[in-house]
Amino acid sequence: MLQIPLWKRLIIVGLCALGIIIAVPNLFYTKVEMHNDAVAAVTAAKGVATPEQTAAEAAWPSWLPSGLVNLGLDLRGGAHLLAEVHVADVYASRIDAMWPLVRDALRDVRDAAGSVRRQPSVPGVLRVAISNPAGMDAALTAVKALATPVVSLTGVGQNDIDVTAEGDEIVVQLSEAERVATDSRTIQQSLEIIRRRVDAAGTREPTIQRQGEDRILIQVPGIGSASELKKLIGTTAKLTFNPVVGRTTDAGAAPGPRNLLLPAMGEDGQFYIVEQTPVVTGEDLTDAQPAFDQNNRPAVSFRFNPAGGRLFGDYTANNIGSPFAIVLDNEVISAPVIQSHIAGGSGIITGNFSVEESTNLAVLLRAGALPAEMTFLEERTVGPELGQDSIDAGKVAAVIAIVIVGLYMLASYGLFGMFANLALAINIALIFAILTMIGGTLTLPGIAGIVLTIGMAVDANVLVYERIREELKTAKGPARAIEIGYERAMSAIIDANVTTLITAAALFFFGAGPVRGFAVVLGIGIVTSVFSAIFVTRLFISIWFGWRRPKTIEL
Amino acid sequence: MAWRLKLVPEVTNFNFFRWQWFTFGGSIALMVVALVAWAFMGLNFGIDFKGGTTLRTESTTAVDVGGYRQALNALDVGDVSITEVFDPSFRDNQHVAQIRIGAQDGYEAVTPETLDKVQTALVAFDPALKVVSVESVGPKVSAELVWTSILAVMATSAGVLVYIWLRFEWQFALGGVLALLHDMLITIGIFAVFQWKFDLTIVAALLTILGYSINDTVVVFDRLRENLVKYKTMPLRDVMNLSVNETLSRTIMTSGTTLMALAAMLIWGGDVIRGFSLAIFIGVILGTYSSVYVAKNIVLLIGLDRSEKPKGGKGTPSEYANIDA
Repeated sequence: MLQIPLWKRLIIVGLCALGIIIAVPNLFYTKVEMHNDAVAAVTAAKGVATPEQTAAEAAWPSWLPSGLVNLGLDLRGGAHLLAEVHVADVYASRIDAMWPLVRDALRDVRDAAGSVRRQPSVPGVLRVAISNPAGMDAALTAVKALATPVVSLTGVGQNDIDVTAEGDEIVVQLSEAERVATDSRTIQQSLEIIRRRVDAAGTREPTIQRQGEDRILIQVPGIGSASELKKLIGTTAKLTFNPVVGRTTDAGAAPGPRNLLLPAMGEDGQFYIVEQTPVVTGEDLTDAQPAFDQNNRPAVSFRFNPAGGRLFGDYTANNIGSPFAIVLDNEVISAPVIQSHIAGGSGIITGNFSVEESTNLAVLLRAGALPAEMTFLEERTVGPELGQDSIDAGKVAAVIAIVIVGLYMLASYGLFGMFANLALAINIALIFAILTMIGGTLTLPGIAGIVLTIGMAVDANVLVYERIREELKTAKGPARAIEIGYERAMSAIIDANVTTLITAAALFFFGAGPVRGFAVVLGIGIVTSVFSAIFVTRLFISIWFGWRRPKTIEL
Repeated sequence: MAWRLKLVPEVTNFNFFRWQWFTFGGSIALMVVALVAWAFMGLNFGIDFKGGTTLRTESTTAVDVGGYRQALNALDVGDVSITEVFDPSFRDNQHVAQIRIGAQDGYEAVTPETLDKVQTALVAFDPALKVVSVESVGPKVSAELVWTSILAVMATSAGVLVYIWLRFEWQFALGGVLALLHDMLITIGIFAVFQWKFDLTIVAALLTILGYSINDTVVVFDRLRENLVKYKTMPLRDVMNLSVNETLSRTIMTSGTTLMALAAMLIWGGDVIRGFSLAIFIGVILGTYSSVYVAKNIVLLIGLDRSEKPKGGKGTPSEYANIDA
């Protein structure tokens, strides 16, 4: 047992060496990070580098590995948001869009069904009354013909709308399968738009992912506060251009059918009555840029696609002299009077903007509107100073823990304790190496996990050493005692560590964020500590034993 | 013989059952106290479980709790609690406070407007003040987190139970799991009595305690299993005593290194993670105690069937003599 075959030795030494090499860049975190950023920037700029970038690049030799452990938000500083997307909002607009189609379909069967009238109903449900209930069957058939099959894995054979009759009313709503498909599409779109908005703000490596049915998790390192992030992604940014019907200061004014009463942005108590159906919407925008108007006030310039440009051009040509409203998220930004025919599909939005606001608005308009509103369920912001304080404190604690545990092991087991300490150092390097390789994230509880591992990692060695001590008492000779010690301690080591691994797994599956970081470190720590106790320490002992050939050992 | 630090003599022969009714009874009494404290005093839940917002402020001037309160009371943001935070790792002119605001009616997470208001009011009171972290959890998420946490503890216990059952006997599994429930319950009780903040990281700590406690217990059980084969005619109680004595040195040694590392984290690791470190620290002490005094006593209480039967456990050629405990 004490003789370890050469190939095994090579593998053990190789793994340790590999681990140390991969872990080393983490010791020079800032330097390596700057190097990596510089390399990325230079590659993006196709080889053109500023002197600072060249210096940063040279600070870390490029032939060395440069992978780093990701630092969690609690260490790096940044913002974390959990948003819930109101997926049901989309049902309502989908069903509203059905109304003209339903009306036209029923017009074709007017002889049987009579005249039609839209009835008030809850959002997401369209109720249409027909004046001749006897023709209900014909009406239903006509409306049902509007349905299209749902294309999805689960919804095979189902249509997108459910059409039923209730008395003299036809009830149209989205089918279950279509709702599921719509939800999924809404979340996908929201993810995409949030990603574009966050990318446009230019922060490093944001995490934007779907969670559960209708939630989105957004983590942005380096951003000042979650409020800032919320302002960026929480705005629906639905831009429309609507004809203005009138102006009022009465908040309770009845706008009249198919009109909307909207507040004016930046002018308290001012309201506009606008037509509900917009002339053009933000969906037809191809570009938006921050700009200044002729009076040098911040503004946003925009350009429409050809279709939007034509609509906009026709409308302005026909309505010279009348005002139209630029509406953003149900607020009127401004309502200029059309001076002339605006051809070419570009224009400028003026309002009471600051430079920052106009820049933000341009970003939002470029990225597109969110398909549905969002509520924020959870937010966490950690300032970079606090993160740095936590890193510093964690470092101090870890170093002190290593020193104390090392001294204690040395005092308890002498040379063998030294072996265990070497294995402990390798163990920590391996934890960092694995974290780096799997792209794991180090969080503050994760640092606590490393410190805990420092204490617990020696356990496997302690088990073996105590066993060897016992075996030495029965005087079998040192080689035999070591052999038996390892053999007999093995079942305890395995059982004890498998149970801890079960805990780590549970922590990983149920925990979120920082706790998950802790679970990862704990799990990796268990595996590496068993490896270092069973293989690395034994290799040390084997080499030492073969070299000194002691007649007795002191443990 | 070179000098060695030995906290436990080479050979010990403690009778761990001499005071069994005292220790075991003590454990039960402590668990009852913990339950009562939990039920009547309740836990000081953090926003993870209760919803609400906490702000951490840092300033170069001393924290004035009364002044902060006055500045915030004018804002009508509901319940506000302010505590000053102390830590040895703080710089001389680093004054930290923790401000907690209850969940706002009708909102999930805190709105940027409320946050702006609070921040502006605080900075107006103390221009050197900075808000270094904000955490806000809506009632919807906090309710879910409570459930996930309970589920996590249950799933882990069940997993451990099954594993020990497979590897040992069911009596061991039951003893081990009861011992770790003992550890977790008393830790929760201590958090209730002192009204320390109980949040998600404490649940993570509880699960870690669970892992550590079972780790310790399993080592004793493993030796017990081995000795049961070796000393077939020795009464169960004596085999247990022998096993605990034989593993005592290791138990103390491992608890020692773990507690030392945790103490370092507790003292120097910073105040953000202190509750977590503290919970694990307490749990490790309890876990060590319970693996020596609780787990095996339960096995003894239930009794082991040592009659001959095939059991697939490693290294246990089932040749148990038929002896009652």
